[in-house]
Parts: sequence; C-alpha cells; structure tokens
Amino acid sequence: MPHSYPALSAEQKKELSDIALRIVAPGKGILAADESVGSMAKRLSQIGVENTEENRRLYRQVLFSADDRVKKCIGGVIFFHETLYQKDDNGVPFVRIIQDKGIVVGIKVDKGVVPLAGTDGETTTQGLDGLSERCAQYKKDGADFAKWRCVLKISERTPSALAILENANVLARYASICQQNGIVPIVEPEILPDGDHDLKRCQYVTEKVLAALYKALSDHHVYLEGTLLKPNMVTPGHACPIKYSPEEIAMATVTALRRTVPPAVPGVTFLSGGQSEEEASLNLNAINRCPLPRPWALTFSYGRALQASALNAWRGQQDNAGAATEEFIKRAEVNGLAAQGKYEGSGEDGGAAAQSLYIANHAY
Amino acid sequence: MAHQFPALTSEQKKALSETARRIVANGKGILAADESVGTMGNRLQRIKVENTEENRRQFRELLFTVDGSVSQSIGGVILFHETLYQKDGQGKLFRDILKEKGIVVGIKLDQGVAPLAGTNKETTVQGLDGLSERCAQYKKDGADFGKWRAVLKIDNQCPSHLAIQENANTLARYASICQQNGLVPIVEPEVIPDGSHDMEHCQYVTEKVLAAVYKALNDHHVYLEGTLLKPNMVTAGHACTKKYTPEQVAMATVTALHRTVPAAVPGICFLSGGMSEEDATLNLNAINLCPLPKPWKLSFSYGRALQASALAAWGGKAENKKATQEAFMKRALANSQAAKGQYVHTGSSGSASTQSLFTASYTY
Repeated sequence: MPHSYPALSAEQKKELSDIALRIVAPGKGILAADESVGSMAKRLSQIGVENTEENRRLYRQVLFSADDRVKKCIGGVIFFHETLYQKDDNGVPFVRIIQDKGIVVGIKVDKGVVPLAGTDGETTTQGLDGLSERCAQYKKDGADFAKWRCVLKISERTPSALAILENANVLARYASICQQNGIVPIVEPEILPDGDHDLKRCQYVTEKVLAALYKALSDHHVYLEGTLLKPNMVTPGHACPIKYSPEEIAMATVTALRRTVPPAVPGVTFLSGGQSEEEASLNLNAINRCPLPRPWALTFSYGRALQASALNAWRGQQDNAGAATEEFIKRAEVNGLAAQGKYEGSGEDGGAAAQSLYIANHAY
Repeated sequence: MAHQFPALTSEQKKALSETARRIVANGKGILAADESVGTMGNRLQRIKVENTEENRRQFRELLFTVDGSVSQSIGGVILFHETLYQKDGQGKLFRDILKEKGIVVGIKLDQGVAPLAGTNKETTVQGLDGLSERCAQYKKDGADFGKWRAVLKIDNQCPSHLAIQENANTLARYASICQQNGLVPIVEPEVIPDGSHDMEHCQYVTEKVLAAVYKALNDHHVYLEGTLLKPNMVTAGHACTKKYTPEQVAMATVTALHRTVPAAVPGICFLSGGMSEEDATLNLNAINLCPLPKPWKLSFSYGRALQASALAAWGGKAENKKATQEAFMKRALANSQAAKGQYVHTGSSGSASTQSLFTASYTY
C-alpha cells in the first residue's frame, strides 16, 4: 500500500487515454454489435432468419457497410470474437472496414455469467483465465478496446453485498489485464430493469454498485483516464406502475453518476437494456440537457436500440440490405445528436419546456 | 444493501447543500481559526505572548472584526469550542459578528488523535461519543458546519491498510452524524508532509486515501452534495531534496482529486500544512489554472497561511490592531483571487507563462 509499483508507463497511459477519448469524442458513441451466437439466435428468430455463421456475417455486413455519415456519430464498434475474423463479400476484413472509417474496434472478452452459490440466483462473470494472452492477440488483430459485462438484479434481497463485491472485483481484474495489453476496458456493471421497483430504488442500488466498482478499480491500480463506463440508466423496473419522464430519468441518472464516477473517467456510454430505439434516444438526450454539471462525456453504447429497425428492415433478404443500412444510419445520427443534447425528438416541444421538468436535484 | 432507508429528507438535503455551496461560492474560502488551546500556545509562544483565554480572545477578535468586505473572500470560519462562546470588547458574541457579515460559522468537532496499537505509530481520531448531542447543541448555538481532522503519514509501511480504513470509517461516521443534525461536515484526511518521499509518492498515497474515504462515505449513506473536502495538496515530503514548481504541485493535486472525488462534492478547501503564506497562495492559484477538468470549487481552508503575518504584526499589542487586520485582509484577498486563478504574484509574469509549465497529465 505505501509503495507504488507503477502498473503502466507514461506512454502506455497516453495510448489508453487517447483511445478512450477518440471513442467518446463529441457527438460519438458506440455500436454494440457483439451479440454472442446465442443472443443472435434470438434476434434472428424474431425475423424468421436461420442462425448460421453466414447469416450473422451478412447481417453485420449490413451494419458495417454504412457510408461515411456514420463517421461523425460512431466512435467505436464492439465485435464478438467470430465477427473480428469475418470479411465482407469482397473479402475485406470487417476490422479494416471499420478502422478505415476512423472508428475504433472493440472486442467482447467475457465468457458469460456463472452462478454465485448461496445467493438468490445471483451471478458473477467468467473469462479471466488466459485473458492476458487473449488480449495480446486481439490487440495484434486490430482491437483497441474491450468490453466485459457483469449483471446485477434488484429484488427483495438483491443485489447482495457478495454480488456487488464479487462483480466489482472481477471487473477490476479484467480492466487491469486489458490495460497491461494496450486495450481500453469498457466496464459494464449492468443492473437489470426486471422487477417492480421504482426509480429511487434503482438510483440507490446504482450508487452502491458504482461506489463499489470505483473502489475496486482503485484497489487494482486501474488507470481511470484509460477506461470507459457502460452502466444502465437509472430507470424504474419494467413492472413498476409509476411512469417517469425522460427528465426524471436523466436527473436520477446524472445524480447517481455525479456521486460515484470520478471526473477522471473520460466517458460514460449507456447501455440501452430493454428500451425502445426512440426511448433510448430521448433519455440520452434528456441526460445531456440535465442542468447538473457533468464532467464526463455521456453517450451511447447501444445494441438493440441501434439495430432493431435495421434488423426488421433486412429480414434476411439481400434486396433489403440498402434500406436496412439506412435504418441503422438514421438511429446512429439521432443518437449522435442525443449525445450532445441536440435531438429534437419526434414530437417534443423543445428544450425550454423540457428544462422545467427537471426536478431539483436535492430531491434525489 | 438492497433497500434504501433514507438518511435525510429533501429539505434536510437542500439546507446542507445550500450551506456547503455558500461557503465556497465565488472564490470564497475558509479561515481555520480553530486552533486548540495547546496549538494556540505554540503560536503565541513564537510572538512571546502568554497563552491565556483573554489573549486568545483578543487575537480572534482582531480577525473577526475586520471590515465587512472580508466576506467577499471568506465564506466560513472554523472555531474552536471556547471561541464559539466568546465575545468582543462590547459584549457581542463572535458568532453573531461573523453571521452578520454573511460568514458561515463552523466548529471543530474531533477530540484529537489516539494511537492505533500494532502499527508504526499511526493514529485514529476520537470524538464520536455523544457527538450527535454535541452537534445539536452547536447547531442551536449558531454553527452550520463541522470539521474533523484525520491524520495519516507516509513512512516505512505507512499509511497501513488499517490506518486508511479506520480513519476513513471514523470520518464517515462523523459526517453522517453531522448531517443528521443539520451541520455540513468538512472531511479532512490529512496526509502529512513529514518525510523525504517525493511528490509522486504523495500522489499515490493521496489517491488511495481519498478512494477509501469516498467508499466509506458512500457506505455510510453520506449526502455528498452536503459535504466539503479538506485535503492536503500533493507535495513532496519536507525532507525531499527534489524541488517542484506550483504547476507540478497543481497537476499532481488535481490529477489525484479527479481520480477520486466525485463531482457531487461542491467544494475542496485545501489545508495549508506547513506551507508559507505565499506558497499556499501560489499553489492554490496554480491549482485553479490547471487545465484538467475541475467540477468542484477549489478553494482554501487555511490556518497559518492566513494568520502568520497577522500574528507577527500583532505581537500581543492592542496598538497594532490596524496592522494586524491589514495583514489578515491582504492574505484573505490574495487567497480569494487564487481560488479563481486570478492571483498575480508581483514576481510572476501572469497566467500565460505558468500555463506552459503544466506537464501533460498522463505522466501522473
């Protein structure tokens, strides 16, 4: 404790910090295209498409063939392992297509959740074994950032102290290993929206989870300026009967972050969870209009909220590829605006009216 | 952990948050005039004045009865217990004199250090017993904020994990109790400058200490928006042979803070430790000019660095009143300018030249 054994050299720190800043440059966010084979099965079955490697390749091609319009709103793309080594119809590796657009390539590195015995159905996340070697290889293969998802849930007795501690610890180990290999770790402590809890409860739990996370990152000597955070927004549970406005969600979210996320973290890239495309954009926009001072970039790392319309437009038909790509570009541009608080929405009455809906922060 | 039992109502939070912000508004800082009887003894001995209650009262009277314009530089004054109940020559209570100037009155609440057995002479702080009742009484008697000083040192095997944990925990208990009684807690985890360590080592230790403090505050459900932090600046040990510029001290200090102090904390008021009046001002100015994001006010809570000249000018003689008050006002004004990054030292060439001395933050 009294001695520092520097984990990173000045050059390593600069590289990590530069990568992180590039990803969350003003108006930019992340396309989370890292659905595992199992997750893609669910997505594809919804549009009646068979879950084959070729179909997954064709679908990602729809997204990655977006034109230069995405350069100003997409700062990073998260890949699944398989996709990192796939190519487009002309034999050009997807990694190169993305890099040529000036977008940073990322890779999902966790290996899914496993149960924590003695808890009420809680989990931790595996994937630390051989992680350093895997990161070194991914770095050679074009990845400059990684993502690891932990999952917590709210119920009568959860999240438990163990679940919070264990997931914070495993995220910190992952982050430390990434940085040793020149990879910026995106740290994702997702608190699921399942349940009937209200906004305040979600805020309380989010604050506890994030406080534990940043203590663990400090204990593991992680260089915060070379990390990104991918949290849930603070929202009520799906089954909560109370409805909240985007401004209330924004206020609760930004309050929770201000109380726990050190200003050294360059960016917060929200997950969309179960939100619809429009909801995810409106909430992000409200977050960026929130009157509380926000020292980090507040942007998106969306999967479904960027791809739902595109997937629906594609339906596995190559003839629909162009239209599907347009749907994706549209959502990307909307979220790029929302990340700057400039999205006028599809029916909002504008910033002035919305501002007054922000409840004074001492109520949170 | 899963359930929230709110510690404070919205009204309580609002009152605490407003008081905290008032103290550090617009370049204001704090006069730490809470020297215990023993410590005042040291100060008075140097100017050959006897350490009597009357002498202590006289000196404090000189400070508190300066012209009302001092309230543009001083937002709060910390008093020692005895001083809260003392009066000026006309029988008017000091606390009323200060309040009428619009200055918030604070009270030192800790009862000094106690040894931690089994450590290399490390300490914790006592004063929690009956603290709630004492706070309630002080609140009635005009105090609106409290102060508690924890002490850590850099030495062989120090600060130990135990010292960090224990001091963070007592600070959090004290803060929680204060808030329950409507007092804004100033949290002071001082890492003392004794030793020959370099500035980088102080930065490392300060980051570890502050990370532990904010985790403890979170665990104890302390409302960060209604607190202030009083840390050491990041400096080399007194016996370190290497010299650092104010810009280097500033960069190391702000780097440490922005890795650990959540944006919700409204203000950081540095202690001056053993620094000269001028160094304390120059360093604070450099800190406010530091190009890193600074979402909290960065101000002062100075004892010696505000009073040294005044004390020397006084020498215990009533006829030196004007000189004493002028000396104090001069430092108050200088530090208030420094808290806005506007202090122009007669030997310096202005902010442009100091800017260029800031080394890029990634090396810290």
